[in-house]
Amino acid sequence: MGVRLAAEDGFQPPSTADFELPPVFGDNPYTTKPVFLVFFSVILISVFFILASRKALVVPSKLQFAGESIYGFVRNDLARDVIGHEFMRFVPYLFTLFTFILTNNLFGIIPFLQFPTMSRVSFPYVLALFTFVIFHYVAIKHKGLITYLKEIMFMPGVPKPVYVLLTPIEVATYFIVRPLTLSLRLFANMFAGHLLLLVFILGGEHLLQGVIGLKLVSPFAFAFGIALTFFEFMVQCLQAYIFTLLTALYIAGALADEH
Amino acid sequence: MMSLISFSNWAAGEGANPLIPHTAELIVGFIAFSLLFLVLRSKVVPMFEKAFAERTEAIQGGMEKAERAQIEAERALAQYTTQLNEARGEAQKIREDARAQGAAIIEDLRSKAAEEAARITAAATAAIEAERQQAVTSLRNEVGSLATELAGKIVGEALDDQVRQSRIVDRFIADLEKSK
Repeated sequence: MGVRLAAEDGFQPPSTADFELPPVFGDNPYTTKPVFLVFFSVILISVFFILASRKALVVPSKLQFAGESIYGFVRNDLARDVIGHEFMRFVPYLFTLFTFILTNNLFGIIPFLQFPTMSRVSFPYVLALFTFVIFHYVAIKHKGLITYLKEIMFMPGVPKPVYVLLTPIEVATYFIVRPLTLSLRLFANMFAGHLLLLVFILGGEHLLQGVIGLKLVSPFAFAFGIALTFFEFMVQCLQAYIFTLLTALYIAGALADEH
Repeated sequence: MMSLISFSNWAAGEGANPLIPHTAELIVGFIAFSLLFLVLRSKVVPMFEKAFAERTEAIQGGMEKAERAQIEAERALAQYTTQLNEARGEAQKIREDARAQGAAIIEDLRSKAAEEAARITAAATAAIEAERQQAVTSLRNEVGSLATELAGKIVGEALDDQVRQSRIVDRFIADLEKSK
């Protein structure tokens, strides 16, 4: 931002530089805003859910009901419906995944925080890596390494010549495409959404400093920025849901027996 | 992906490629996520599961209790119905018995009355017959003696004329009446 204010010679469009926030203390890379936000999200989620679940009443309080609604959504609608009877083992992971992504996404539109942590690609990479390791681990444990690899490389019920085409695709799907798309989908959505908001809100601000005609246009830019904020809210929830759903689907696939 | 990379190149040159992760952020992400996972797994999930289980149990317990109560109520109702039917049947039986008994009593009385009437009638008839017999006997005796007396009188007095004769008869009858 400092860079932009210094540039007085005209509007500088928001860029990837807006995501490279400098460390707060010196040049310690562990003191950047995204790092603080991630730890803040951990504290926020932990405190909220510990308070909500602490009493575990049969007739829940409002707080417990709110916490239970989110937990129940992940547990029943994502884990149980997708994975099936062995779902309970994966509920803690899926629950953590969903709340962590959702909270960090929502940081993008929460006043004063206003930075979606998942627009820093490192975090989606880490989450995708967790999912990657888990679903392969589950599959190997469930089916055995040889059977699992055979299943990936030589999908049963396919004519032999097709394997020339199918095997590379399947291998790439399981080992490259899945983790990559998982992380990049989340990252790109948050990145683009934040950039869009920046364009309209900083643009509106810049227009306000211009001549009278431009000042009149400025409210439209702000209005659009607000509309996009609502849109972003939807995207942020959706992306948290999609990441968790796909993880559940991959785990379900790892547990499914091919016949 | 390519467009994003070129986009970053287009942007003023200051921004690094947004697809290249930072080591610090990777470590922070790993630690933060693991931490959250451990907290939620150990503190939150078991508590929510406990609440869910207790709720399920409470609902099931309540339902079972209600079911038991209903079964109990149905059993009591059946019992009462049976008892009521039994009582009703008994009342019916008692009524029928009473009716039969009443009819028997009436029949008994009637036959007794008829018997009595017959007895009375028979006694009366017998008495009348005896009296009549007595009357006949005494009449016969009296008629005999009267006839004899009359004959004596007729013989004793000369029956010369019609007037005398009728006088004799009249006197005789008058005597008869007198002697009665």
